[in-house]
Amino acid sequence: MDRFGPFTPLIGVVGLLVIWQFAFWVEVVDRVLLPSPGAMFAAVWHGMTGGQLLIDFFRTIERTSLSILYAGIIGIPLGIALGSSVPVYRSVEFVVDFFRSTPASAVFPLFLAISGPGDATKIQVATFGASLVILFNVAYGVMNARKTRLQAAQVMGASRLRVLTDVMLFESLPQTFVGLRNGVSLALIIVIVAEMFIGSIDGLGHNVLDNQMLFEMPRMYAAIFVAGALGYGFNLLFLLIERRYVHWSGR
Amino acid sequence: MAAGDTERMAEGASAKPVSTGAPSPATGEAHITIRGLSKAFGEAAIYDGFDLDIPRGRFVSVFGPNGCGKSTLINLVAGLLEPDAGTIRFGGKRLRDTNFGYVFQNYREALFPWMRSIDNIRYPLKFRNIPRSERSERVERLVDRLGVTLDLAKYPYQLSGGQQQLVSIMRSLVIEPEVLFLDEPFSALDYEMTLFMRDQLQALFMDTRTTMVFVSHDLEEAVYLADDVMLLSRGPAEIADYVTVGIPRPRTAATISQGEFVSVKAHCLDVFQRTVRDA
Ligand SMILES: Nc1ncnc2c1ncn2[C@@H]1O[C@H](COP(=O)(O)OP(=O)(O)OP(=O)(O)O)[C@@H](O)[C@H]1O
Ligand SMILES: [Mg+2]
Repeated sequence: MDRFGPFTPLIGVVGLLVIWQFAFWVEVVDRVLLPSPGAMFAAVWHGMTGGQLLIDFFRTIERTSLSILYAGIIGIPLGIALGSSVPVYRSVEFVVDFFRSTPASAVFPLFLAISGPGDATKIQVATFGASLVILFNVAYGVMNARKTRLQAAQVMGASRLRVLTDVMLFESLPQTFVGLRNGVSLALIIVIVAEMFIGSIDGLGHNVLDNQMLFEMPRMYAAIFVAGALGYGFNLLFLLIERRYVHWSGR
Repeated sequence: MAAGDTERMAEGASAKPVSTGAPSPATGEAHITIRGLSKAFGEAAIYDGFDLDIPRGRFVSVFGPNGCGKSTLINLVAGLLEPDAGTIRFGGKRLRDTNFGYVFQNYREALFPWMRSIDNIRYPLKFRNIPRSERSERVERLVDRLGVTLDLAKYPYQLSGGQQQLVSIMRSLVIEPEVLFLDEPFSALDYEMTLFMRDQLQALFMDTRTTMVFVSHDLEEAVYLADDVMLLSRGPAEIADYVTVGIPRPRTAATISQGEFVSVKAHCLDVFQRTVRDA
């Protein structure tokens, strides 16, 4: 594993870039459709240093962050409430599972009809999708809280409320973070799709589609790359927060 | 179960179980009084009109076959389970007026991994009217008394199994309980650690004379620590025998090979095998 030291993960990256560059040289596809990696990075640099790409990047971050914030505010307390009673959760489980399995894109027209084509609609749909994922995970985390721990708190004299705040909440945290990570991925997907098709003037989704229509391929690739980096960054951010504050997870 | 049949006592190690009129052990005033206790899980009656007196200031080991209801008994007494019928009193008081500690078998799932060990130990003090400043003092006193050299700033998962169970025991002791329940506290530890913990527990008992109810799967350990060994039979649980162990403390490794220890243990084993075969 450690053969190449800390640079091991870079091998795949370099490999991909070499293959890409090679494909560009031998012209596997038209050079207009597949520009060189250099051209893409130049477009990233240009766009992210004061260009439209930077603005779109921040718009997408803003929408996704708001969505995950609202989704957390809705999903976490609801998940705890539903999960702390198994019969209650069982009674709503089907509904939660059903909507969780419904592609969020299918409800866009509904939200459009309700809220119009503004920013609110995008955030609402993303919040809808992410909150169900979070709710589901939090509820499972609460339901699977180690029984011995709850009993330990109870015999030490903790009231039902204290058992909830002192034990249940912490017990469900690792699973809550699984929900948050899945939720933020889903929210980003929904936000980007919404930016492409629902009367948008900015955002990474809009940027990708706009450049595709203008045939500005290096710029389109640059926007895709930045969207990918953003998804990776969100995931990493939650992982770091989890490692810092849920240090006992998996031990 | 007939009322007169609920309690049996052995006069000595080799004596046959003898039925007596009242469910009271050989010595002392009753600390925990159980009358007419019944508990069933579905169709299976685990306890049916069970009577028991646990004497104050004594170390009672509970020994019996798998699934006979040892944990259920402790959980009923500690209020984690509701009895279907019967009463449980603590020297006339109710459970909620009683200061008691409970040590679980599975320390890994009983400690709170999000708290440092010291905060785990301090946790039960939150539910008692003890000023903040005194809370730390209490923990310090306990550490001194047990001669613990652990780094209590560590999180439980950073400690060995034995150290975790020690923290767990300290957590149950910090409230200075009048009764301590221990459900197979050492069964997840290796042999060396078990021996060490046995002696820690014995020293603690000699020091505090806290009433202790100790469930064990290891007959040697049950006898080694006990003033009284309660042998339970299965379905519904009855007291097969109540054996008093008169060997003076502190007991040591040498005790295990002594005549009296060997004969008490042999007697318990004999009763155990007979009741298990009968069931
Ligand atoms: N919550 C429960 N629901 C249903 N049955 C239960 C429950 N708790 C215990 N039982 C059953 O009651 C019986 C007694 O269980 P208990 O845990 O008290 O046994 P035990 O003597 O402690 O056994 P062991 O030596 O294995 O720890 C067992 O047959 C068990 O399956
Ligand atoms: Mg048990």
